[in-house]
Amino acid sequence: MDAARPYLAAFSSRFLLMLQYRAAAIAGFATQCWWGAIKVMILAAFFAASPGAAEASPISLAQAITYIWMVQALLALTPWGSDPEVAQAVRTGSVAYDRLRPVDTYWLWYVRGGAWMVSRAAPRAALMLLAAGLALPLLGLEAWAWGPPAGLAAAGFFTVSLGLAVALSSALLMIVNIVVAATLTDRGAVVLYNPLVIVFSGNLLPLALYPDWAQTALLMQPFAGMLDIPLRLYMGQLAGAWAWAGLGLQVFWVLALILVGRAALARVMARLEVQGG
Amino acid sequence: MPQILVEDLAKTYRVAERDPGLMGAVKGLVHRRHRTVEALRDVSFSLEAGELLGFIGPNGAGKSTTIKILSGILKPDAGVVQVNGRVPFTDRIAHVSKIGVVFGQRTQLWWDLPVSEGFDLLADIYRVEPARYRANRDELVALLRLERVLDQPVRQLSLGQRMRAEIAAALLHEPDILFLDEPTIGLDAPSKLAVRDVVRRLNRERGVTVLLTTHDMHDIEALAERVIVIGHGQVLADSPFETLRANVLAERRLVVDFAHEAPDLNMPGVEVRSRRGQTLELAFDPARTPTPTLIAALAAAHEVVDIHVGEPAIEEVIARFYDLHGASEG
Repeated sequence: MDAARPYLAAFSSRFLLMLQYRAAAIAGFATQCWWGAIKVMILAAFFAASPGAAEASPISLAQAITYIWMVQALLALTPWGSDPEVAQAVRTGSVAYDRLRPVDTYWLWYVRGGAWMVSRAAPRAALMLLAAGLALPLLGLEAWAWGPPAGLAAAGFFTVSLGLAVALSSALLMIVNIVVAATLTDRGAVVLYNPLVIVFSGNLLPLALYPDWAQTALLMQPFAGMLDIPLRLYMGQLAGAWAWAGLGLQVFWVLALILVGRAALARVMARLEVQGG
Repeated sequence: MPQILVEDLAKTYRVAERDPGLMGAVKGLVHRRHRTVEALRDVSFSLEAGELLGFIGPNGAGKSTTIKILSGILKPDAGVVQVNGRVPFTDRIAHVSKIGVVFGQRTQLWWDLPVSEGFDLLADIYRVEPARYRANRDELVALLRLERVLDQPVRQLSLGQRMRAEIAAALLHEPDILFLDEPTIGLDAPSKLAVRDVVRRLNRERGVTVLLTTHDMHDIEALAERVIVIGHGQVLADSPFETLRANVLAERRLVVDFAHEAPDLNMPGVEVRSRRGQTLELAFDPARTPTPTLIAALAAAHEVVDIHVGEPAIEEVIARFYDLHGASEG
C-alpha cells in the first residue's frame, strides 16, 4: 500500500483539480454534441443515399449512431497530443522537480496522465449519456439516440475493455510525452500524432466501415484499443471468443507500449539537459 | 568517507547555433551546426556531514549544473560523484528521498493548490509517516512563519512567502542534505533575513548539510563557513570564507575630505580611485603603508576635514576575483 501511495496521491490530486473546471466540461460537451449531430447526419445521408451499400454494411445505421455518440462522450480518453502538464514541465524546466521525487518518473507521469483523461471524460460522458441516451428517446427521437449495449455479456466486456482503453490511452500518451521531453516542444509530436489518433482509434469513422481488405490490420493496430474495440464489444460485434481476443489485443498493446515507453524515457532522462537558473 | 564526494566531474552540453538572418536560417535547414559547451571541466571537492558550503561564481560558471548532478537530475559525462555513498543518477530514487532541493527560479509547489494541500501531496509522494509529517509540518510552519498563507493557493503568494513555502516543502521528509540554488534571488531584505535564519538554524540545530549557491555575497557572509568559487566549469578557490576574504580583501579604502580642492597625490603604494571636488578615495595595502602613517602624512601636508577608513564592498572584491581568473561570462 505504501508503495502505491505516491501514485494514488498524484492520481487523485490531478483528478480533483481537473474536476473543478466545470465551464470547460460544459463547453466541451456542447462542442461534442454539435460534432456528434453533424456526423450522425452525414452517416444517415450515406446510408439513405445508397440502400445497397447500407444493406451490406457490417453495422446498421442505429449501431453507427450509437458509436458516434459514444465516441463523442469518450473523446477526452483519446487525447490528440501530449499531457499539457508534462509539456509545461519540459518547457519551464520544472521537470527537474519531477526527477527529485523518490518515485518512478514513468509511473508518475502515467498516473497523472490517466487522471487527466478520466477527469475530463467523466463529466462529459455523463452529460452526453443524459442528452443522447435519455433526452433524445424522451423527445421521440429514438432512431437518433445512443442505444443500449447488445446484452449483459456485451456490457460486461465493454466495462473491462473501457478500463483497458484508459490504460492504453495512458501508455500512448506517455509515448507522446516522451517525444515532447526529448524534443523540448509539444508542437511536432502533436502534429504527427493527432491524425493517427483521429483516424485509427475510430474517432472519425467506425473502423468497421473501412474497406474489407484493411479490416485485420485496422483491428490489430494499437489505436483500435482506445475506442473501437470497446465500442465493438458494446454493440456485440465482437462476441464470445472474439470478445476475449479483443481484450487480449488491448492487453498486448498496453504491455508493449509500457515496455517501449519505459526504455525510451530512461534514455531521454540520461541525456536530459535542464538549462538556465 | 565524506558525505559528498566529487572527483574530476565533467559535463558538456550541445548547443545548436546558426548564423543570423534569413540566410542563416536557410543554411540551418540544410546543415545543422552544433557547438559543445563545457559546463563542468574538472570539478573536485568533498563535504563532511553538517558542513555549510557556499558556492559562488558568475552566471554560467557551472554552479547549477553541479547541484543538478549532485541531486541526481543530470547524468555527468565523466568523474565520480557519491552522496551518502550512493551514485545520485544511478541510484536516483533512494538518493532523492534523503535530500531536499530548492531551485530559487522555479516552483515545486502546485500553482493552483493551497500551500497546505501541496504539502500533503509531497508527504504522500515521499511516503512520510503521517504522525511524523504532522509534527514536521507544524514545526516548519512555525519556523518559517507560514501560518497565514497555508490556505492560500501558491499563485497568490508573494515571492518572499513563496520562497519560505518552497523551503518548507523541501524539508517535509527530513532530508540530511539541503541543496539551495539561489534561494534568495529577488527577495526583499526581511525575506532574505528569514531565509538565512532558517538555513542557519537547520544547519546548527538539526545538523543538516547545506550546499548553497548565490550571487548575494551577504548570504555567503552570513552563512557559509566554507566557500567554493567556480568559474568556467572549474574550481578556482576552495577555502574558509575568512581566508578568501583576507586574501582578496587585504586592501583598505580611505575617503578623505579636504578643506580645499583635492590635491594631486603621489605616494608609493597608494592608488587614487576617485576624485570628486574636495574628496579623494584612496586604495592602499595596510601591510605596506600602515593606516596611521598614511593618515599622518595626509594631515601633515594638507588641511583635512574628515577621514573615513573602509573595506571594498564584497561584491567588488568578488568581481575582481572573477576577472583575475578570467572567469566572468564572455
